[in-house]
Amino acid sequence: MVEEALIAMTAQLARLGNPSSLHTHGRATRKTLEDAREVIAKEVGCLPSEVIFTASGTEANNTALKGLYWQGRDKGKHVVVISAIEHHAILDPAHWLEVHEAAEIIQIPVNANGVIDIEFLAQLVTARGNEIAVISVMHANNETGVIQPIAKVVEIAGEIPVHTDAAQSFKKVPLSFADLGVYAMSLSAHKVGGPLGIGALILRRAVEIPALLHGGGQEREIRSGTLNAPAIVAFAAAAKSKYYDVENVSALRDSFIAGITSALPEVIINGVKSDRLPGIVNVTFPGTQSDTLLLLMDAQNISCSTGSACSAGVHEASHVLLAMGHSEVSAQSSLRFSFGATSTNADVDFAVSVMPDVITRGRAANLS
Amino acid sequence: MKLIAAMSGGVDSAVAAARAVEAGHDVIGVHLALSSNPQKYRSGARGCCTIEDSHDARRAADVIGIPFYIWDMAEEFHDGVVEDFLAEYAAGRTPNPCLRCNEKIKFAAVLDRARAMGFDGVVTGHYARTQISDSGKTLHRAVDHSKDQSYVLSVLTVEQIEGAIFPLGDTTKVDIRKEAEARGLAVAQKPDSHDICFVPSGDNAGWLRDRLGSEVGPIVDQDGVKIGEHKGAYTYTIGQRKGLGLTVPTADGSPRFVLKIEPVSNTVVVGAREDLAVSTMRGERAVWCGPGVTEQPQRGFVQVRAHGAALPCSYFFDATLLTAHLDEPLLGLATGQAMVIYDGDRVVGSATICETE
Repeated sequence: MVEEALIAMTAQLARLGNPSSLHTHGRATRKTLEDAREVIAKEVGCLPSEVIFTASGTEANNTALKGLYWQGRDKGKHVVVISAIEHHAILDPAHWLEVHEAAEIIQIPVNANGVIDIEFLAQLVTARGNEIAVISVMHANNETGVIQPIAKVVEIAGEIPVHTDAAQSFKKVPLSFADLGVYAMSLSAHKVGGPLGIGALILRRAVEIPALLHGGGQEREIRSGTLNAPAIVAFAAAAKSKYYDVENVSALRDSFIAGITSALPEVIINGVKSDRLPGIVNVTFPGTQSDTLLLLMDAQNISCSTGSACSAGVHEASHVLLAMGHSEVSAQSSLRFSFGATSTNADVDFAVSVMPDVITRGRAANLS
Repeated sequence: MKLIAAMSGGVDSAVAAARAVEAGHDVIGVHLALSSNPQKYRSGARGCCTIEDSHDARRAADVIGIPFYIWDMAEEFHDGVVEDFLAEYAAGRTPNPCLRCNEKIKFAAVLDRARAMGFDGVVTGHYARTQISDSGKTLHRAVDHSKDQSYVLSVLTVEQIEGAIFPLGDTTKVDIRKEAEARGLAVAQKPDSHDICFVPSGDNAGWLRDRLGSEVGPIVDQDGVKIGEHKGAYTYTIGQRKGLGLTVPTADGSPRFVLKIEPVSNTVVVGAREDLAVSTMRGERAVWCGPGVTEQPQRGFVQVRAHGAALPCSYFFDATLLTAHLDEPLLGLATGQAMVIYDGDRVVGSATICETE
């Protein structure tokens, strides 16, 4: 967490008062909490009343996708359109809607550069627009960092509600809820230096969707449950802080890419031709298996990630890379590196210096 | 040494990893995912490799304080162990998949990968010991004979034994559970796994029937006279007496036993108890766990089941087959099982039984 968030959270943890209570302590917490809501609204370019706090970005995604689907279904619309590269927090609720709620799921393909096929969406909307309940396309992909043309999606969608998962983009690239014109947007505090376990759904004013959690009627009756004031206050402090020096992080990323492509010319930087977030690099190392590389990198105290793992923890080929045209084998030879507020030039130099040996060992292990 | 600890999620491999750390090694825990479609929970004592097991392994690694990763060996396991198991049954033999797993997965695929990555060996929770002597590193029975697993390790070559670390061989299972408790490992009282891990229902015959079909065939006596019918020859084992469903009784009312399974003609041959007697066995695909066996007959012991008795014998190797002559005949011996030769508590080597007489 950033220091501002840590200080704000610690101070709030010591204060009594349920923000829904009418007594003095309750009102005091409510005041702090509404201050926080206004800070976040300002940072994200929305009205304070459009901020609905949730316990995670995943919850925000579930609330938006299911709620907007149910709202559309009441008007006879049963199609849910998502991109092929969504996070599991969209893919899985979409799949759930298909299995349990009779939704038809249509995935927008992506090109080799990791950008959605906007022409596909345009044709789909022309042909079946009146059947579509919701379109959900992430603002930037979490594995490749590739930024998606959301303004274009909104333009094509017309009256169809558009949701975007902006957890990766918030504070890293310019982002305005009002300017984008989406109906709903998901955010997550820990992606901007805030605490774990707090997120927000930004939902356009006067859009009412069915709730997932019912109870005390908090958050426009869309998300009941006692508000987690310390986490919310810390989320706002992080959102307001200068968490992330975009230029510095971009420079680190570029220096990392230059370093590894010079040491290992055969590597592929996924999505390199597209606009990307500053801090994410996705690299394919031909002839290796990424779980082996991860272990070897970890032994050097370098943390990186593979695509995703199933519930048993088995590494799986990334659906994002597969959608971009990779084979199972090359998708399984890929690692994601992230650079953040605390990364330094020395970190980049060290990571680049250990890569050749790690790749040599990784290739040997792959052949064994 | 830099070691990979294979952690199943059970108590033995957890204590083995902890002991390796305590012995001063640089240890990384690895859980082998052997099923591409794992069950969520273990039912009773059967199976392993469930999601729950993988969580238990991770938790143990965290408590011990070592890094932990999951290696996907599902394809290797399916090709090397499950397919082999099916092919052996289809050929009328009775395979031992645990032995095959040690041979092809734990001390082959895993050890090779570990060595390529710069590790020196693999730690497991097997109950067995190794010793360094003039003739190199040799494999021996565990102190706890009731838990001894040297039988299923007898397929390891000298080179594989070089890279194998068995920290539990000098301790009884009871003491391992106490030690796990003292170390704060939550798996201390987790039930032992039995049976075949990839047949979670425990119904071997049903599992085989689903995969090999259930073609009806004759059950015949030693004269070839048909006296009954079976639903899939591979669901029988040599020496089996119950469940034959024979319609023609013997003249003197004595019971009949399965003597032979003939997969090509899909026939099960039954006969009298004394016809089960075996005094000589021969095995192919011999592996030596230390100095090799020669044509010169030696005195020793042969064991034909994982927890069977060690039977006094003389044995020799003629460059193709390993032969053991038993001092006393043995009743009912299936081909496909391993014959493991012991010199005292040292594992000399093993072969897959292909002939008996």
